Amino acid sequence: MWAIEVKNLSKVFRKTTFGRRQEEWALKGVSFQVGVGETYALLGPNGSGKSTLIRILSTLLLPDAGRVHILGHPLPQEERKVREKIGRVSVDAAFYKKLSPQENLLFAAQLYGLSPREAEARAMAILERLGLETRRFGDPLEEMSRGMQQKVAIARALLIRPPLLLLDEPTTGLDPKSRRDVQAFLEELRREEGTTILLTTHDMVEAERLAHRLGFLARGQLVAEGTAEELKRLAGALDLEEAFIRLTGEGLQEEAHAP
Amino acid sequence: MLRRFLLPMWAFVFRDFHLTRRYFSWVLVFTFYAIVNAATIALIGVAQGDFRLTLTLVLGALLWSYLSAMYQEIANSIAYERWEGTLEYTFMAPVSRLVHLLGVSLFATFYSVVRTAVILLGLALFVDLNLQGANLLGVLVVLLVGSLAFMGLGLMAAILPVMSPENGAQATNILQGILLLVSGIYYPVSVLPAWVQPLAYLSPATYALEASRKLMGIQHPASSPEGLVGAPLSAVVPELLVLLLMGLAFIPLGLLVFSLAERWAKRTGKLKRTG
Ligand SMILES: Nc1ncnc2c1ncn2[C@@H]1O[C@H](COP(=O)(O)OP(=O)(O)OP(=O)(O)O)[C@@H](O)[C@H]1O
Ligand SMILES: [Mg+2]
Repeated sequence: MWAIEVKNLSKVFRKTTFGRRQEEWALKGVSFQVGVGETYALLGPNGSGKSTLIRILSTLLLPDAGRVHILGHPLPQEERKVREKIGRVSVDAAFYKKLSPQENLLFAAQLYGLSPREAEARAMAILERLGLETRRFGDPLEEMSRGMQQKVAIARALLIRPPLLLLDEPTTGLDPKSRRDVQAFLEELRREEGTTILLTTHDMVEAERLAHRLGFLARGQLVAEGTAEELKRLAGALDLEEAFIRLTGEGLQEEAHAP
Repeated sequence: MLRRFLLPMWAFVFRDFHLTRRYFSWVLVFTFYAIVNAATIALIGVAQGDFRLTLTLVLGALLWSYLSAMYQEIANSIAYERWEGTLEYTFMAPVSRLVHLLGVSLFATFYSVVRTAVILLGLALFVDLNLQGANLLGVLVVLLVGSLAFMGLGLMAAILPVMSPENGAQATNILQGILLLVSGIYYPVSVLPAWVQPLAYLSPATYALEASRKLMGIQHPASSPEGLVGAPLSAVVPELLVLLLMGLAFIPLGLLVFSLAERWAKRTGKLKRTG
């Protein structure tokens, strides 16, 4: 069984501007698999469809074509089973900003059927592990820096001990120390709990450090896939950044000239 | 049971309680405004020296404040989450929309009851109210039964902000205005133009008001400023039945409409805050 199995996935957004219908293919026939316990990084330029893909996997968007299985459950048929097993962190820390981290986390925990007591203990442990001062646990989130908010978002995703984590740019906006804290924590989680992780990032060092395999997404298509070494070899590049630009970059220029 | 229903339901009560606590200054402002509004309306009756009119106006103001608070809490719960950016997280939790609605409604009922009681107390500062003989317990029963239909209406209104982030909030307010207009909150439905009157019978507030007026004994010939002759609950069974039926129809209908809207939003990408 794969943790994530995606076949020929397509998603189109339609909009009408001034009476003219426009179609925007955010994903075009994407197929890939992620094994249980594996960490897979999706890399791609802005607007290449990474967040759209993560939203489909987290049951928030319905695809226009293709098949998705999460931990053996087909989507959207077994939506509820999937929802019980995934944790998600998005690039914007989406919280009730007037509420404290404690209140936000307890709300999320109860929503998933966790008792407040077990949730609180686990939340404290995670936040301490990520280096958030727990004395600020009761202040409104809006008074906290982006980095702190992002750590609370990670704690929220981990409260339910999900077998699958979907992380959309989890470390964007964190300082180097916090970024390392998060990365070390993810490695530890993977080691100790066997968590499968799908992550998107614009940080090549992070991708290379965390991911077993990487996929390059460009204009809604998976243009290359493999270990960091394989991708570098494929592109004839010295480092991952160069490989990224070679493998995903050319098409963008073509598109810029298109009418 | 506990993990699948009660804890998730309680989560919404917990959240809304803390949000209300953190926005408490706004709660105070709105309640102050509601008291002033109710008092200015009730004083029209006092100026006329007509206790029946005064009581009709007081009842209308209180009932409307209760039902509209209920409706708004539910209808705005989605709009608020969309604005805050938490909607995706609430929607991806393994919680059925029924549990979601029940949780939000449970808090909304509690909040609206407390708010209405506070408004009643505030009103007593401006208007000399003698409610002796009125069947107030009966009115409470009518309110609670009427809440069901308003939950359903609130749920249907709640989808509007999901479908149109730009105009959804305005639409929920227009719907509320129409309910206020057609339900005869401060006047008998018979004074409305003939073409509006049929709408009155579609509004649960119409029945809740009619029943409450009887229970308070406002129109009873033997009622006087010294004491009212309220009707027993058995006298309003027809209204209660209509309210119950409306609740039984509107809640499933609301859930159905909501799930269709949610599906549509998931197809078109409307759950996201931007775009
Ligand atoms: N909800 C939506 N409604 C309409 N269009 C959307 C929606 N979400 C994404 N798109 C479009 O789909 C395309 C892919 O967007 P997506 O957010 O998936 O990119 P991304 O790879 O996550 O980019 P970034 O690196 O900037 O986060 C973009 O052209 C975007 O405008
Ligand atoms: Mg993105």
